[in-house]
Amino acid sequence: MRKSWWKVVTVVLLVYVITGGLLMEVPRLNILNETIRALYFHVPMWFGMIIMLVVSMVYSVKYLRSSNALYDTIALEFANVGIVFGIFGILTGMFWAQFAWGAWWSGDPKQNASAIGLLIYLAYFVLRGSLEDREQRARIAAVYNIFAFAALIPLLFILPRLTDSLHPGNGGNPGFNAYDLDNRMRRVFYTAVIGWSLLGVWIASVRVRIRRIESSLEL
Amino acid sequence: MRKVLVAFFIFMCAQVLAAHGEVQNARQDYSASQVEMADQFRADGKIYVLTGIILIILFGTVVYLIVIDRKVSRLEKELRNDGH
Repeated sequence: MRKSWWKVVTVVLLVYVITGGLLMEVPRLNILNETIRALYFHVPMWFGMIIMLVVSMVYSVKYLRSSNALYDTIALEFANVGIVFGIFGILTGMFWAQFAWGAWWSGDPKQNASAIGLLIYLAYFVLRGSLEDREQRARIAAVYNIFAFAALIPLLFILPRLTDSLHPGNGGNPGFNAYDLDNRMRRVFYTAVIGWSLLGVWIASVRVRIRRIESSLEL
Repeated sequence: MRKVLVAFFIFMCAQVLAAHGEVQNARQDYSASQVEMADQFRADGKIYVLTGIILIILFGTVVYLIVIDRKVSRLEKELRNDGH
């Protein structure tokens, strides 16, 4: 194993998130009750996804500028882990919604938009699978990935805010006001974002190395 | 594998034997609330137990990832030695 200090940090942060997230005091609010703690687990999945997809998009740009196959692999694997986070996000969100909003799926703008966003990214993997030539695949996938990211940002951050949504921070309000996330909750929340993102980087890096081994065997 | 199965079998036998040896009046000892036990761990809707369960899953996942990571490192080393 490649020993890195940040892998230790990842584990420490996640242990803090789970113990702190489940045991520390939270605001006592009606309807939400203890499920307010899902904020420490559901929302960081989406933050993690965005961070993974930003890295993926940056490496797609780098690939187009350099045609270095390693950049293409990095872009692919970060998109992979990002979408895994996204699927966790949508599943945890549905489960939470069943108890907080009364339905698995309410057709909420942000729910719909994130589902569309995930489908756009799933098409990225279908696109890759359908192209045989390695360089052609890398180039077309890189271009698609950049456009997919450009489509995702308005879907998640702009369009839901233009209309009414069950999600807090939508319908004209800024994302995090004092009622959504107080300072005590922020401590666990941002730790969770960093912790899960680092875990994502760890998984992606291992997957990139596996692909490198595969491609060196093919030569 | 066989050793694990044998160990598991012996463990199960011990469990069955222990269940047979249960004394009737020992049952009411279980509800003697005046005796101090580790009740705190079961308090507050057993949230500590849940925390423990999730931590076990987290640790399991991390250990699994570390094992995969090490395996990949070993493969990389082998490949380098083969001169790829």
